[in-house]
Amino acid sequence: MLDIQKIKKDFSILKRKINGKKLVYLDNAASSQKPKQVIQAMVDYYEKHNANVHRGIHSLSEEASEMYEESRVAIAEFIGAGKGELIFVRNATEGINLVAFAWGMKNLKKGDEVVTTVIEHHANLVPWQMVCRETGASLKVVDTDENGVFQMKDFKDKLSSKTKLVAVVHVSNVTGEILPVNEIVKLSKRVGARILIDAAQSAQHIGVDVRKLKCDFLVIAGHKMMGPMGISGLYIKKEVQDEVGVFLTGGGMISEVYKDKPAVWAKGVEKWEAGTPNVSGAVGLAEAIKYHQKLGLENIREHEEKLIRYVLSEIEKIEGLRIVGPRDVSIRGGVVTFVVNNVHAHDVAQILDSEGIAVRSGHHCTMPLHERLGLTATTRASFYVYNDKKDVDKLIKGIKKVKNVFK
Amino acid sequence: MNIYREEIMDHYKNPRNWEKLKLVDKVERKANVSCGDVIEMGIKWGENKKGRMVKEIRFKGEGCAISRAGASMLTEWLKGKNEDEVKKLTEKKMLKILGIELSPGRKKCATLGFEVWQKLLKRAILLK
Repeated sequence: MLDIQKIKKDFSILKRKINGKKLVYLDNAASSQKPKQVIQAMVDYYEKHNANVHRGIHSLSEEASEMYEESRVAIAEFIGAGKGELIFVRNATEGINLVAFAWGMKNLKKGDEVVTTVIEHHANLVPWQMVCRETGASLKVVDTDENGVFQMKDFKDKLSSKTKLVAVVHVSNVTGEILPVNEIVKLSKRVGARILIDAAQSAQHIGVDVRKLKCDFLVIAGHKMMGPMGISGLYIKKEVQDEVGVFLTGGGMISEVYKDKPAVWAKGVEKWEAGTPNVSGAVGLAEAIKYHQKLGLENIREHEEKLIRYVLSEIEKIEGLRIVGPRDVSIRGGVVTFVVNNVHAHDVAQILDSEGIAVRSGHHCTMPLHERLGLTATTRASFYVYNDKKDVDKLIKGIKKVKNVFK
Repeated sequence: MNIYREEIMDHYKNPRNWEKLKLVDKVERKANVSCGDVIEMGIKWGENKKGRMVKEIRFKGEGCAISRAGASMLTEWLKGKNEDEVKKLTEKKMLKILGIELSPGRKKCATLGFEVWQKLLKRAILLK
């Protein structure tokens, strides 16, 4: 069992007071806090090793290059990928856009279909809308039930020989649902489609293994997994890499450039990494991954599953609340999204903030899902390994205060 | 900090000049993209001896306590006032009428009604 009090000590920010109360940070699906180990690794990089990578012969440049590539290996291994399959991007959104523009624009055409779901974050919906509009391909959006739960039957109905890409989220940032991605990949492969998994909410909580999953593309979100902002990873399966064109061009992604004939692109992952990379970010993210490995992903999941079970049982006792997403904890990540009857999500979040509790309110970048649920805005509490039962109790007390103010 | 003070909650629960948009003849609408709040506000201009005045002002919409109370208090302030006076109402002054301290994020809620009002006012000036 994990010692949560000890873990909390690694996160200095959790000692902060907000409006006179000790911070209860429950906005982890938006961005996580960073342990001191991650912050220190980045400070060390800047204080001892900073230089541009892959450019210089001097010692510092070699050290920086080595640290950058070692980070790539650590991150790739964490998701079961080879180091030649992990591309550094700024964020998960950029990763999906890279696939949309460098693969989608090149490979999709009129008559082709892209299948996605209404559960998606805008980051995994808007790029496909753009690509479909440009290429003439059509977009099929899989429905949910009235609670926002994925409908396998509808997915099967939408899948056909015309499907060229399936782009789905692994864990929803709103309903917390863990989608049956193994089944989704299997069915998608059967019709010959490429498959992209948005693992922004899953890699750090339940883990992913691209080898077992057999997906073609997968994105993670560095800052949601205790890493710094501005660094994330995109996995492109080796066998698919030749299908993917270039994205951003310039330095670093070429092998030869001429004045009067086309440049030759670099081989491997460098082809998609134009310009000076975020080395300190990569170092920080690798350290964050080490932090997860030290705790053990199965222990993290066990703790969060226990926590969400407790949250659901406590929150369900409060009258006049609507909770979205699946009730079955085995298919639910550490996210609980709810609506307090007759109280707007912003007011809920504001009153919780007055108690030092940080939650997210609004549509969480999922407007189509909210429309499907018949809601305009919701409040979301999302948990991580440094949250404990006491945090949940404070949340429950906070919600009761909301009801009291608005009674 | 108590932004949910009694007066705000009263305006939220019993908004003044609420609905009955049939009483007015010019209607404008605005949404807050970050949260989906929408306010529709309408006006009927009248005349008194000092010139044009706000004869009737109504609003409706979907929103949080701050946006609804803000719009309600705004309409209460505007109703019956002459054009010269209402033209002078700035966002800063409107927030002063609300009498609460707001974070930048919440300011957008509080001023949603004011923004619709600015649309109505602009239209009235253009049509003059």
